[in-house]
Amino acid sequence: MNATVTPALPLGDDALILSHRLGEWAGHAPVLEEEVALANIALDLLGQARILLSMAGDEDELAYLREERQFRNLQLVEQPNGDFAHTIARQLYFSTYQELLFNQLAADESELTPLAAKAVKEVAYHRDHAEQWTLRLGDGTDESHARMQRALDALWRFTGELFEPVAGLDVPWSALRSDWTASITTILDRATLTVPEGPQHSAWTAGAGRQGLHTEPFGRMLAEMQHLHRSHPGATW
Amino acid sequence: MTTIAPEDTALEAVFDATVAADERIEPRDWMPDAYRSSLVRQIAQHAHSEIIGMQPEANWITRAPSLRRKAILMAKVQDEAGHGLYLYSAAETLGTSRDELLDKLHSGRQKYSSIFNYPTLTWADVGAIGWLVDGAAITNQVPLCRCSYGPYARAMVRVCKEESFHQRQGYELLLTLSRGTEAQHAMAQDAVDRWWWPSLMMFGPPDDESAHSAQSMAWKIKRHSNDELRQRFVDICVPQAEALGLTLPDPDLTWNEERGHWDFGPIDWAEFREVLKGNGPCNEERITRRRRAHEDGAWVREAAAAHAAKQREATR
Amino acid sequence: MTTSRPAGNTTGTTSGTTPETTPGTTARPTEWPLWEVFVRSRRGLSHSHAGSLHAPDAEMALRNARDLYTRRSEGVSIWVVPSAQITASSPDEKDAFFEPAGDKPYRHPTFYEIPDGVHHL
Repeated sequence: MNATVTPALPLGDDALILSHRLGEWAGHAPVLEEEVALANIALDLLGQARILLSMAGDEDELAYLREERQFRNLQLVEQPNGDFAHTIARQLYFSTYQELLFNQLAADESELTPLAAKAVKEVAYHRDHAEQWTLRLGDGTDESHARMQRALDALWRFTGELFEPVAGLDVPWSALRSDWTASITTILDRATLTVPEGPQHSAWTAGAGRQGLHTEPFGRMLAEMQHLHRSHPGATW
Repeated sequence: MTTIAPEDTALEAVFDATVAADERIEPRDWMPDAYRSSLVRQIAQHAHSEIIGMQPEANWITRAPSLRRKAILMAKVQDEAGHGLYLYSAAETLGTSRDELLDKLHSGRQKYSSIFNYPTLTWADVGAIGWLVDGAAITNQVPLCRCSYGPYARAMVRVCKEESFHQRQGYELLLTLSRGTEAQHAMAQDAVDRWWWPSLMMFGPPDDESAHSAQSMAWKIKRHSNDELRQRFVDICVPQAEALGLTLPDPDLTWNEERGHWDFGPIDWAEFREVLKGNGPCNEERITRRRRAHEDGAWVREAAAAHAAKQREATR
Repeated sequence: MTTSRPAGNTTGTTSGTTPETTPGTTARPTEWPLWEVFVRSRRGLSHSHAGSLHAPDAEMALRNARDLYTRRSEGVSIWVVPSAQITASSPDEKDAFFEPAGDKPYRHPTFYEIPDGVHHL
């Protein structure tokens, strides 16, 4: 696979993989209204992924024919859905990051500017959705509070990677990090939740997803996603 | 059965006149008990079918073989959730809450369309569902847009409008497979072979055995008989199958010049009754999964309700 | 089950029952209240009733309405109203409510005869 080295690839992979995870919720959501909301977010992300991957090559070849080590997405987005609190925590961490990043890209002059300018409106809604639920789960019942805190804690170690520089992107990463931290702190405070204190990296995985190193669940996810396409080489769908 | 008070006779006359004039009955109008319960039963079954119907197709979202197909399938399954929602809302106008209806679904006291108790074994099944199952559903549903009960008719207008892409995407999917590799073509044929007969069963038992038909027709909840709609569907499908380059699994399918319709072979009603009784290939899985989603989501619904109560308290 | 006699029969127009909901719908602990959704399909038009949905509070009701009723770009503005807050006229009083307006044709422009050739009137 000769994908051009472009930042569209890692950003496209983020959107593709998170969209896939959200798609797994179909038929499982806590209430019918949320079924519709999660699918909307998944569809927005899939739309972004298709544009970004097409900038890097052929969208289907990139999605279906790369090996695990060739994917450049953050480890955060490949994490399994878990309970609804885990999904919301993942959404909160990622959409806050994606909104800050796309705002940055929309203001620059690059090949990504048009996509970022369009996507930033979608992402603002995703962040709002995640925040609304963080508030309700955090300041809801004892059970929901405990579940939400557990989810935030569990996913915290994947958040350090968000601020690893992406090749080809001219972004003030440390400023992005402090904006992200401020935003997360504000919403968690309002939700009566605590900002996790543990490390934001695990011992040997700094920037790992961006370098093609992924977590165990990712291989299984890809196997499922790619098997049909790969079983019929050269076929059109 | 409730006893009929004298004023009810007058109210019933108004109701009958409204239906006869082809006007709509609205939620707060007087209506006969049996009309109300018949509607609740039908709308609930319809709503349940939408949400259970998400499962066989969602089964393929994570394996969709191209990103274009994946987007289409996600949008379609999402629509089904939306349609379930419109229909539950219509049922709620009759004084039954969504929770009550879901309870009845989960405990097996209300049914959903038996078609969704068949498994989706290959990707081509997604196409066959779109073409045949949605096709049959649309044939059934279009007349419901003129149903005598206003909220149901309005929900169906929205559903039909949104569903117009569902059948087309299925047909296009099958066409691509049929014209694709040998393996893809075989996959498409196999799916059509498996979904054809269950689709014909979707129109319900033959007219002379249909329990609710006559009264529903009189009340203009239903506009056409089961057999009438089934025949219409067969007539539509035969040329469509030909254009697909696929065959329908019925050796008796022949054009009847005299009737101006396609004759088709006998339907296996024994199978229909078995699936209806709960012995279909996926009855157990479908309802278990639905129940689990509802139970797993209880803490989320509780949390949001608790949060709302706290907010109300705080602003008091 | 439900009764065939809506509460409007006994309590009149201020019964508080909604146009789309009859009494007997009691919310249970995990069931969120029902909201009516009104959508302005484009600028210049008024909001019209699109349908209903369940939501725990007004903010979520707005968002759910956006996701459900405008996902095909059907709207530019949304109102949500708790169904229980709607006061509706009773169908049984429709004669008293609406018939008196029927014999006042002088409220309509077609009531008046204007000679041919007179314009802009």
